[in-house]
Amino acid sequence: MNAHHPSEEMLRRYARGDDMAADQLWAVESHLETCAPCRGRLAPEPIATAVWAELAPLIERMPQMPRTHAWRRRVHGWVSPAAGPWLVMILLVTAAAVALDQLGSGAGVSLVLLIAPVLPVLGVAASWGRALDPAYELTAATPRAGLPLLFRRTTSVLAVVVPGLTAASLLTGLGPSRWLLPCLAFTVGTLALGALVGITRAAIVLIAAWVLAIVAPTIAFSRTSVALDLAATPVWAGVLLLGLAVIAVRRMAFTGLEANR
Amino acid sequence: MHAINAENLVVRVGGIRGRNAVDGLTLRLGRGVHGLLGPNGAGKTTLIRTLATVRKPSAGTLSLLGIAADGGLRPVRRRLGYLPQHFGYYKRFKVREFVEYLAWLKEMPPAEIPGAVATALERVGLADRAENRMKSLSGGMIRRVGIAQAIVNSPEVLLLDEPTVGLDPAQRLRFRELVVELGQRSCVLISTHLVEDVAAACTDVVLLSEGSLVFQGTPADLATAGTGEHVGDSPIERGYSALISQNAGGAW
Repeated sequence: MNAHHPSEEMLRRYARGDDMAADQLWAVESHLETCAPCRGRLAPEPIATAVWAELAPLIERMPQMPRTHAWRRRVHGWVSPAAGPWLVMILLVTAAAVALDQLGSGAGVSLVLLIAPVLPVLGVAASWGRALDPAYELTAATPRAGLPLLFRRTTSVLAVVVPGLTAASLLTGLGPSRWLLPCLAFTVGTLALGALVGITRAAIVLIAAWVLAIVAPTIAFSRTSVALDLAATPVWAGVLLLGLAVIAVRRMAFTGLEANR
Repeated sequence: MHAINAENLVVRVGGIRGRNAVDGLTLRLGRGVHGLLGPNGAGKTTLIRTLATVRKPSAGTLSLLGIAADGGLRPVRRRLGYLPQHFGYYKRFKVREFVEYLAWLKEMPPAEIPGAVATALERVGLADRAENRMKSLSGGMIRRVGIAQAIVNSPEVLLLDEPTVGLDPAQRLRFRELVVELGQRSCVLISTHLVEDVAAACTDVVLLSEGSLVFQGTPADLATAGTGEHVGDSPIERGYSALISQNAGGAW
């Protein structure tokens, strides 16, 4: 390109940013663009080197972009990003059940009691599994995938379902002992069955079982199924314990894709 | 030590009446960019899933980064990057938020996450889209977010299943550059059906047919397998069809 290399003096003035004639500045700049030896001659100023040495680690440490708000990060540490709309829906369903019970359309059967077991099943299915979580395969390959993360997400579901049902039972005058155990037993049951056949399939099986064994008899005989009677408490407690045992044995299933089916 | 070391790997899919999608595969891969080629149904996705530790092998042994992948997977998974064939994402997340969430799932130290996310987005050319919602992105951009989340933890084993689907020609060129760069310090395995991607970016080709290894070598070696009478527009395509037709009775 340009055989005429700029002089030492010219380069020093360029490097310092001294006042130079526009044509000279342009000539030096365009020469430097094409001439590597001259770029090498642009020896760094000792002061600039010292300043840069102090600045570089600071720049490394400073976030280049704003981070997600701390509260949002904390929420997503517990709630599955896919579950949000479902949790809202669960609260709406609870509110609707309370309203219908208040109107007395249940003909002596408490709707709140009837929906209590199945609400957390929906929440869990929304938190884990390929049916409702679009990023299930990405999540399954990460080190956090597994029982601890599933427990966190399940806890967040219960943290919405249980207060909702508590408020509902206060409004309808229903004792918590009637619905709490079936609710927890169905939650643990989803996880336990999920460890064997996949969370989505487990949710479908349990919802079908709930319709056949609890909803259908209730409608047929217009009285609350014996399964939701106080006398059934030991059975629910047994189911709960059995579920926990299955989860403990099969906990590694949640680290792969199989529990997502 | 090889980054990926699979010994007589068998992976059965489809339950009781299923078939062996990966059938007695022995494969050793070290640092570099490896292209995984093969006709549809050859077992590429099943193999990548198994290497990503989301699927358990039915038989055989697999070790990643010198660690047997059968017990505690967490230490291995922290050093793994994976882009599945069907990359699902959360539509309401911002791009930066999504990659940050994946970095959290990968158990990166919290202090390192913001810098790593910024670097990853810059490398895929999405730094200016960091504040956009995922649902506002085009297909090619979504794919690039997928690549960004895979490389955010500077993985030593990077598994990309069909990463160039949906990328336009310019983006594919940029992607090849990025992959060559990543291959200098990690083991990168790219499954693809685009033979020219392999010719341009890969140091090594792995050819799979019906779950078995048909060929492993350089792209140049693959090219020498083909002759003028084989189907294809380039030497490497002809080499591909030569080896596939030998083993499976046709590239279809």
